[in-house]
Amino acid sequence: MDIKFSAEDIAFRDEVRAFFAKEYDATVAEQLSGSAGTDYKSAIVNWQKKLHAKGWIAPGWPKEYGGTGWTSTQKFIYETERGLAGIPDVVPFGLKMVAPVIYTFGNEEQKARFLPRILESEDWWCQGYSEPGAGSDLAALSTSADYAGDNYIVNGRKIWTTFAQYADWIFCLVRTSKGVRRQEGISFLLIDMKSPGITVKPIVTIDGKHSLNEVLFEDVAVPTENLIGDQDKGWTYAKALLAHERTGMAEVADSKRMLDGLKKRAAAEINGGKPMIEDPVFQMRMSDIEMELMALEYTELRVFASMAAGGMPGPESSLLKIKGTEISQAIHELQLQLAATYGGALPSELSSDELGHDFAAEARGKYMYGRAATIYGGSNEVQRNVIAKAVLGL
Amino acid sequence: MNFEFSEEQTMIKDSVTRFVREQYDFDTRRGIVESAEGISRDFWSMFAELGWLSVPFAEEYGGFGGNVVDIAVVMEELGKGIVVEPYASTVVVFGGLLSAATNEDLKASVIPSIIEGNCLGSFAYMEPQSRFEMADVTTTAKPVDGGYTLNGVKTVVANGGTANSFIVSARSSGDQFDRNGISLFLVDSTAPGVEVKPYKMMDGQSAATVTFNNVSVDDTHLLNAPGEAMDLIDQVMPQILIGLSAEALGIMTTLNSLTVDYSKTRQQFGTPISSFQVLQHRMVDTFMACEQSKSMLYRGLCESKSVSEGETDGSALVKTVHALKATVARYGKTIGEEAIQLHGGIGMTDELNIGHYVKRLMMINTAFGDGDYHQKKFNQISYMS
Repeated sequence: MDIKFSAEDIAFRDEVRAFFAKEYDATVAEQLSGSAGTDYKSAIVNWQKKLHAKGWIAPGWPKEYGGTGWTSTQKFIYETERGLAGIPDVVPFGLKMVAPVIYTFGNEEQKARFLPRILESEDWWCQGYSEPGAGSDLAALSTSADYAGDNYIVNGRKIWTTFAQYADWIFCLVRTSKGVRRQEGISFLLIDMKSPGITVKPIVTIDGKHSLNEVLFEDVAVPTENLIGDQDKGWTYAKALLAHERTGMAEVADSKRMLDGLKKRAAAEINGGKPMIEDPVFQMRMSDIEMELMALEYTELRVFASMAAGGMPGPESSLLKIKGTEISQAIHELQLQLAATYGGALPSELSSDELGHDFAAEARGKYMYGRAATIYGGSNEVQRNVIAKAVLGL
Repeated sequence: MNFEFSEEQTMIKDSVTRFVREQYDFDTRRGIVESAEGISRDFWSMFAELGWLSVPFAEEYGGFGGNVVDIAVVMEELGKGIVVEPYASTVVVFGGLLSAATNEDLKASVIPSIIEGNCLGSFAYMEPQSRFEMADVTTTAKPVDGGYTLNGVKTVVANGGTANSFIVSARSSGDQFDRNGISLFLVDSTAPGVEVKPYKMMDGQSAATVTFNNVSVDDTHLLNAPGEAMDLIDQVMPQILIGLSAEALGIMTTLNSLTVDYSKTRQQFGTPISSFQVLQHRMVDTFMACEQSKSMLYRGLCESKSVSEGETDGSALVKTVHALKATVARYGKTIGEEAIQLHGGIGMTDELNIGHYVKRLMMINTAFGDGDYHQKKFNQISYMS
């Protein structure tokens, strides 16, 4: 019963910490924040290339494909240090989502063709799963891919596609035949975004920004060599990676850093001559979150310890996703509460600096966009279904 | 890093689990609760023989030399059977204060009798007006030649009716709320001037109002330096809060599994009620509440260990145990209320065990400060420094 790391692990932690401290300077941080006047795509690509040069771009990959060969403890330490330093995660669609499918289920040609370019951040990937009629019920998807000799002809619409406007490639779940079960007859297809017949339509979200898109496919010809694994077996491939996706969603280190920021802000914001951090009601709201986060930190360590001991992330990763996103939303909510009415001003009309509350617009944006956290990656209600079935046997 | 119990801890755990499963079914417990004394002396002797009463005590007194993890292991399993024998009161609280005391002669004479099962002890601290404030003490300790004279009233003294020995907090200087000036005395329950009025509490455990009328106490019965009771209490409080929280975790785990099992058998509208999504999600929420409570307990255990091994000072631990008690209070309430609700009418009956688990959780909730009390302490440490 202890959470001690070995001397080697502590040395590794110090190495990671030193690297981040050196490379993630104020300029990089400003560019990666996506604030006005910065080019987010170049910023993230440059940062990822830096990580690649260090050999740290893909800790989750097997070493033979370019992974770090770290122990699970080292991976955990790396992610924790990244979160504590406030560094955004790599764009997950290539490195964390499609790459594991390619190296697990793809053929040698596909591995050689796609994996190096993902490592080097030469290709930007996006994810084509959700459709207007298939959200939580993903198996209801209807985008069709009809087999026609050397090609599949793809027709349909994908939606909520993050960063499709930057993407070179999209990985899609498409329907190749009408199986007995809806999950059968779905295939996993890699599609070049430059293919004729693809249209990307922006969707502006409630934070006023554009990261989501609708992607339309009209008679798009996709070479059959872009099919992963067997036709009609795509559901299995996609599902195998969902639990991995969820374990990354507790984001304890990120929330700890945000909570520290919240406390500092609460000490600076004044109401009735007193800092908000001394307001007893606000204190209760902060400690509700802080205590829950202290517990979640150990829940994450418990899940991690069982994985390090050779177990696989199981349905308990759903718990991490639910609690992690509830906590990050709760922190956003209190930040917005500190921004008060000042948080309502649009930066295009009146800057937060002019208002005297320089964090206000950002607090609103994070609150608004943060609502998505309990929707994406399998909504929190779907995660509850997973726990009900797989853990409680209901 | 690991969250496993040691081999020895697993053995103790299994031993308590087996006892609860094989010898402490709900009807047996009911019989004990309804008996005149409200506890089983036979079981208590058995606890002594099995070594459970020796767990936290140093080897020099004949103890097992265990730590707070060992205590938590026993308390969690006792919680699963809502065992009414006064393990928390005697071993964790009374024994914890004695272990931390500086009066070596007193320790050498009393601790072995706890281990042998001959001493049932209790900490008499609460007064009619004091609620959760340990330092709100009006019971007086007037210095006289070679000792003190105690006067005052202690109320809802856990296990007060069966305890043969009390640790009593009494004030020899300062005003009613002063943290300084309080001393701790070991007082025999049959000493002249000690009047014990026992009664049952809602969780089936006994308590008593203990009145001290000019009770003479020798100064060899002081636990530590006069006037410095709060230092000793502060030192032992993390262990007390962790022990009670571990018991609460055992209860929460049991309530959740009883509720999930019941939902799978109870048929309504021609189907088990476990098939209803609205109920499934509520049971998932209570499952998560229990896991988060367990994580907070483990955090307390890891931090306690690191303090006892001299790696960290106690500041993080103090913050954590406040958070632990507050978390257990909040989630214990949720889990108890959901267990009753999901059982429906049968959950309202005295005959079913559910309500009895809930009532023990309610008593743990208020013991040594309720959730709001501890959250306010947490806030002071976190936001006011």
